Amino acid sequence: MAMPRLGDLVPPAGQPGPVGPALLGRAVGAPAPGGGITGARSLRRMARAITSNRKATAGAVLLLIFIVIGLIPGVIAHVDPNTIYAPKLPPSGQHLLGTTALGQDMFAQVIYGTRPVLEIAFGVGLGATVIAMLIGVAAAYLGGAWDSALNLITDVLLVIPLFPLLIVLARYLNGAGTLVMIVVITATGWSYTARQLRSQALSIRNRDFLEAARVRGERSLYIIVVEIIPTMTSLLVASFLTNALYAVLFSSGLQFIGLGNPSVTSWGTMLYWAENNEAFQTGQTLWIIVPGLCIVALGAGFALLNYAFDEIGNPALRPVRSMQRSRQSSAGPAEQGLPGSSPERAGRGFRRSSPGPAERGKRVQPAK
Amino acid sequence: MRFILRRLGFFVLTLWVALTLNFLLPRMMPGNPAQAMIANHKGVVSPTALKALEAQFGLNTHQSLIGQYFRYLGDVATGKFGVSLTTQPGASVGRIVLDAIPWTLGLVGVTTVLAFILGTLIGILAAWKRGGHLDSIMPPVFVIMTVVPYFWLGLVLILIFGVKLHWFPYFFTYDYTLTPAFDWTFIGNVLHHAILPAFTLLITTIGTWILTMRNTMITTLAEDYIRMARAKGLPGRRIMIDYAARNAILPNLTGFAMSLGFVVGGAILIEYVFNYEGVGYLLLNAVNNDDYPLMQALFMLITAAVLVAILLSDIATAVLDPRTREAS
Repeated sequence: MAMPRLGDLVPPAGQPGPVGPALLGRAVGAPAPGGGITGARSLRRMARAITSNRKATAGAVLLLIFIVIGLIPGVIAHVDPNTIYAPKLPPSGQHLLGTTALGQDMFAQVIYGTRPVLEIAFGVGLGATVIAMLIGVAAAYLGGAWDSALNLITDVLLVIPLFPLLIVLARYLNGAGTLVMIVVITATGWSYTARQLRSQALSIRNRDFLEAARVRGERSLYIIVVEIIPTMTSLLVASFLTNALYAVLFSSGLQFIGLGNPSVTSWGTMLYWAENNEAFQTGQTLWIIVPGLCIVALGAGFALLNYAFDEIGNPALRPVRSMQRSRQSSAGPAEQGLPGSSPERAGRGFRRSSPGPAERGKRVQPAK
Repeated sequence: MRFILRRLGFFVLTLWVALTLNFLLPRMMPGNPAQAMIANHKGVVSPTALKALEAQFGLNTHQSLIGQYFRYLGDVATGKFGVSLTTQPGASVGRIVLDAIPWTLGLVGVTTVLAFILGTLIGILAAWKRGGHLDSIMPPVFVIMTVVPYFWLGLVLILIFGVKLHWFPYFFTYDYTLTPAFDWTFIGNVLHHAILPAFTLLITTIGTWILTMRNTMITTLAEDYIRMARAKGLPGRRIMIDYAARNAILPNLTGFAMSLGFVVGGAILIEYVFNYEGVGYLLLNAVNNDDYPLMQALFMLITAAVLVAILLSDIATAVLDPRTREAS
């Protein structure tokens, strides 16, 4: 297992802030002329990191499998998920997983159910990341009253319990189809990332390369888009993964309690119908087990990738063996993430120290 | 002190936002959900109740939106949340909610405390014995455990331990053949019913504590003062507990106080799956039966609980960690 050379990834000593940006240590410290190049290089570095970290590889493979299934469900399952056969058939060559109590082919349902879940995951992941990026970076860069106002909005949204809010919203909307689900989860879920991105932007606000851009007379928009945002690539990726994961869990939860659109085939709605038809009591175990396993597998894909990125960003968290090997090339991994060293204003919120994936995961708790 | 006042101000503001959402959502949403609800219940509820409902949701009234809004704020401030529509028709919403709170606090509260203590301990040990068995198996396992949906795990446990093995009951809070009383039969029955949901919650939440604790602890263990303590020849256990764990536990403590707040609404889906009659079950019941007054009151309650818990956690962190005080 060839780890990337540690020296490449360790941030400049004392670089505060969330763990994520460490991945781009060099890009932040010595910006290449032109942000585009920096961005491309860090993406390439990320691709290399995925293939060299076992957790990341596993996560990426899981994700890829589901993406393929979501793209070409018709090739994999050759019956329509809503054709009615005899109910409660056992698994057979004809129906790989049998049929439901309503007579649908369960395998086809699982396969066709992948796409809506992925749509929600990617929609929310992208949407929430973009909103968070705009708000977080704008707050940090504009400063002053703008910062206070945007920060206040972020903080308020951060402490309102999301899942109950989603339930209430979905109820008023009379059940949420895919698009509504994306909009609602995005609108309520961007705040955590916005806060992270803001502190990252704050931490680099006074760096020389931004000063240089200002002296060159670049416009604010240019500086934000070309100079600041590329330094956040890894945080943005982490944000995408986290939000996508929440979206999968939140939306399946909502669908399970019947607040989705019950006529859309999706894993959450499968569980809803299974529960409503007392699948366990009538021996239809697969009806509940299989969609649930799919949710877990897709969620694990996102979570493993995310965790691996944290390991890459914070070398101290890596498995011990590779840590020892790379020790010669590094000054010691513990420079970052000291509690209290982050640029966040203390007392404003909860992320005072390096947020590992576990802490990020915390918001899942109220929800699932 | 100023810090605490500022936090307090922030929470009043947040509470106000939640109240306003509660007020605006049923009025602003497409298709006017309040109207639909009331249309569904005409004839079922008494005319006076219907009038009260219409007033609460701003139908058939000549009052301006602003006027309604202030009336609503006044009602909430004086504890008037209205009456339930369908859950227990005619009963005061406040009463119903109060009845459900102890069940949630008992089930989810106790489990959360347990998960926190166990998870933190395991996290400390895993970080201390870096590269040991515990440390090498755990992270990937618990990364995956944290993505298992509560409700699905609940269903699977019901299948294994309830339907197949008949070890535990999986329906309701206690046997309805029993009358609630303070004797061992009843308490035993309640505990028996709580085991499966509690276990579900425990194994899905413990991973978060373990991972946070382990990761902070590892960062802390690389600090100079730890090296110094080692150089001084202090016993390992003392370094682990007094030097490393004490400093590393702060993020976990903050998280703990926060999750206590989520207790009230947190296990909504678990309560739903097990028909456990706490706050979450009540909320979903209200949602499924169009009981909007009850639903609104529950949303407020859950928000308020979260806010109080976060406030407490902020104060605790300020007391425990001088650095946060200096910084503000």
